[in-house]
Amino acid sequence: MAEYQKDSAVVGSAQVKEEPAKRAGYTEQSPLPPGRSDASAWHIGGRTLQSRFLLGTAGYPSPAILQKAITASGAQVVTVGLRRQLAAGAQAATEGDFFSIIKATGAHLLPNTAGCRTAREAITLAHMARELFDTNWIKLEVVGDEHTLQPDPFELVDAARQLVKDGFEVFPYCTDDLVSCQRLLDVGCNILMPWGAPIGSGQGLVNPGALRTLRARLPGVPLIVDAGIGSPADAVQAMELGLDGVLLNTAVAKALNPVRMARAFGLGIRAGRLGYEAGVMAKQDMAVASTPVAGHPILL
Amino acid sequence: MSVVEISEPCITLQVNGCAQTTTARTIAQWVEQQGLSQHAVATALNGQFVPRTLRTTQALAEGDTIVTFQPIEGG
Repeated sequence: MAEYQKDSAVVGSAQVKEEPAKRAGYTEQSPLPPGRSDASAWHIGGRTLQSRFLLGTAGYPSPAILQKAITASGAQVVTVGLRRQLAAGAQAATEGDFFSIIKATGAHLLPNTAGCRTAREAITLAHMARELFDTNWIKLEVVGDEHTLQPDPFELVDAARQLVKDGFEVFPYCTDDLVSCQRLLDVGCNILMPWGAPIGSGQGLVNPGALRTLRARLPGVPLIVDAGIGSPADAVQAMELGLDGVLLNTAVAKALNPVRMARAFGLGIRAGRLGYEAGVMAKQDMAVASTPVAGHPILL
Repeated sequence: MSVVEISEPCITLQVNGCAQTTTARTIAQWVEQQGLSQHAVATALNGQFVPRTLRTTQALAEGDTIVTFQPIEGG
């Protein structure tokens, strides 16, 4: 039996630490005020985090709105990418701004391998990302289908195997298929990031049953729902299923007001986690009176 | 640039899809000639990643292909 099948401990629960948030431009409206955290901290990739929200940085109306959205979200991890330069020396000023803004937030960086179609491409890009962003974390994306951007489970496992050997902490963007998730763990992944729905689709959790199965079968493994989240309710649902975190981008970046939506997701993810930790009541088929009736005077 | 490097004949490279002549003989020299910090880009030579630590020893030859990568936003 593999190690991940033995561990029945509650994932990621830990003593809450009073660790001030180090967000640049923190305001009182932040969902993660300094020194206060009412959901348990968790541990991932060698770090202890208070927030279970991982936020993407692409597609915002402006760098300023991106910066405010990161602050409002309370997210301590943000995803970034890297791109082949189109012409020698061509580097738009806004891209320089982008990276300095990201660094100023103090958030941990999670570079991705977006756009890769093969394990070989993804491995090369991961090495570049490690050098450029100075982190061994990598969100491993290997796309297998152009229309759904569904991860290719075979290339993903091959790439993960090599990157683990190369010293990376691999965050694989994967499907919700239990067996391919187990294969990723077998090759040394410590974290899984199953999709909720296709990237950028905003469909929410299209297969909550599969996510519930992953949670039940992989109790010791940090599970982060990545992609497809549309509204804060979707994030609450994911957290109430007992998943450990939520990674999203488009739902915030393309909201009418990305900053407010970032805060909404931050609150939703906290609420969902608190609900999971508190233990949601069992459903009943019939009504169960909530007001005590014993001892009431009978008037008629 | 040293006198020796200036006197080197130019070679032509394919850089990010465009032909470019240069006197650089290593990737480190080439990055410097672009006015870039060594930390600003990741580099690949002929499709192989060249780590920053190996740029000073990675020789360039006529017809080599250099691709550089930079940080961008990502989801």
